[in-house]
Amino acid sequence: MNRIDKKFKELKKRRKKAFVAFIMAGDPSIAITKKLVFELERQGADIIELGVAFSDPLADGPAIQRSSERALKKKVNLDVVCRLVKEIRQKTQIPIAFLTYYNLLYHYGLERFAEKAKSSGVDGVIVPDLPPEESGELRRIAKKKGFSLIHLLAPTSSRQRIKMIANTSTGFIYYVSLTGTTGVRKELPKELSSSLRLIKRLTKKPVCVGFGISTPQQVKAVSRLTDGVIVGSAIIKMIEKNIGKQRLVENVGKFVRRLTCML
Amino acid sequence: MLPDKKGRFMGFGGKFVPETLMVALEELEREYKKALKDAKFRQELNDLLKAYAGRPTPLYFARNLSKKTGVKIYLKREDLLHTGAHKINNTLGQVLLAVRMGKSRVIAETGAGQHGVATATAAAVFGLPCDVYMGVEDIERQALNVFKMKLLGAKVIPVYSGSKTLKDATNEAIRDWVTNVRTTHYVLGSVVGPHPYPVMVRDFQAIIGKETKRQILKYEERLPDYMVACVGGGSNSIGFFHALFKTKVKFIGVEAGGLGLSSGKHGAALCKGKPGVLHGSKSYLLQDKDGQIKVAHSISAGLDYPGVGPEHSYYKDIGRAKYVSVNDKEALEGFKILCEEEGIIPALEPSHAIYYAVKKLSPKAGKNKIIAICLSGRGDKDIDIIKQHRL
Repeated sequence: MNRIDKKFKELKKRRKKAFVAFIMAGDPSIAITKKLVFELERQGADIIELGVAFSDPLADGPAIQRSSERALKKKVNLDVVCRLVKEIRQKTQIPIAFLTYYNLLYHYGLERFAEKAKSSGVDGVIVPDLPPEESGELRRIAKKKGFSLIHLLAPTSSRQRIKMIANTSTGFIYYVSLTGTTGVRKELPKELSSSLRLIKRLTKKPVCVGFGISTPQQVKAVSRLTDGVIVGSAIIKMIEKNIGKQRLVENVGKFVRRLTCML
Repeated sequence: MLPDKKGRFMGFGGKFVPETLMVALEELEREYKKALKDAKFRQELNDLLKAYAGRPTPLYFARNLSKKTGVKIYLKREDLLHTGAHKINNTLGQVLLAVRMGKSRVIAETGAGQHGVATATAAAVFGLPCDVYMGVEDIERQALNVFKMKLLGAKVIPVYSGSKTLKDATNEAIRDWVTNVRTTHYVLGSVVGPHPYPVMVRDFQAIIGKETKRQILKYEERLPDYMVACVGGGSNSIGFFHALFKTKVKFIGVEAGGLGLSSGKHGAALCKGKPGVLHGSKSYLLQDKDGQIKVAHSISAGLDYPGVGPEHSYYKDIGRAKYVSVNDKEALEGFKILCEEEGIIPALEPSHAIYYAVKKLSPKAGKNKIIAICLSGRGDKDIDIIKQHRL
């Protein structure tokens, strides 16, 4: 059982919902990312989703695209981010999953990636452009190493696909709340609760909801329907607003506290 | 027959897309297969290709070039089609399919603007609203096509991200599709992207090779020795080659050499790239040591793309086609040759193929060998670039 599985087991026992915080490694710098991980944990985040920037992030909206560009300027790559996690692991056992696109993993070598990530203390990976039809090899390798391969479900997924993805996803299931890219939305789709009810009927695995969630009210509303909420673009925008400021880490922490206290 | 059920050409192709699009791709594949079997659909498409687009296009014996080189050079005149390039073969097929699927809007990406114009044209025929994504660098260098799209009632959406060319326009089109997938059909312009696009676009373009085969048999009573076409994403070349796959004809795909292969500024994914995943499929790809996608470069916007269709990667690996490159300067020379020798102003994309066939291939091909070149588009759109180079 890796740190992600343990975390959900523990949260379930405490009847708590998970708060998953997304940040991009290297935005605005590797040193600040490290501080941010500790701060996010202190402010109530349960799981860290750590972005490894790709040149063509086609599932992402403008905020995370800009964040990727900033990170790429800092010359991040899988080796650099694995080293960062290794350093983070000297201080905390908070579950960490990478979010990245398939070409980076494929180019690095799937077996080599899983080995390196696992030994650095990474617990899993989310790959938005890798549906289960294409994830067979990575799944096999991940399973062997006890590494989570978190698959995504979308509002357009058929009942049949929900079953298949619930079956293949490990760690948790990432439910994409809306049809679209990542980014802050004023309102979440009306059919969210009925979709989540259907998914919960079809699987016992933990389901976390992401895309579009940015306000305390949204966190509260969504958490009632599911096992966890994922906030990305809103945190990234807060980082962006504070770039160059001494209190970046503190200000981001305060923002995240307002979200986590709803859980 | 390839691709297999999963859309793979041996190791290439596949469906590497966000989950949101998977159901749409399944629907597209299903509806496309049904449409192919529907005589009414085929008839309607054939009528449009004939009466509206201007098919069949001539296969022209280039008499002056042939005399000069000592080989027989034939040009497949896709430049004579309505809208000026082969792109219309595909957009009429896809927009007709979109209507059949009940979609109320179409979107497209475009580099040189030829695919954008062809999509806007087909959308106008069927009365569908059309949004075209185009990198700002391409908007600048292909101003004429931008204006044409607007005249045709399409909206051109500028893309400022990344390299500001075709790669990023494609990212934005995919993002739009993820958002509006229930109502919108994405008219992809080349044999790239997730399955079923590479096979569907190939099928719509395969008419180029089918006609060429029939025409050359009529003129020469034999097949050509070589077929030469330019390769960006690879739709005119696959369309040209496909019907002759099982013959002995030698295929040559000409990629954009840009400022030279050693400069790193080119679009030669097959000559210089490594397998990777971009825009939904696995194929040869220009990428750096970390797997980040490199920015391509070519004088012709239509070849300015770091990837290539998966079927070309398959052709390369099994040795069915040879892939070479021609740089910017040579392409301009190819352009000039065709203007002066044959009185045809070609687009800069097929100018790459012309240069290779005339300058590199014909001297060593041997007397009376037959070389067929796909003249995929006409050069009106490139006149400003040509002026800048003071030809």
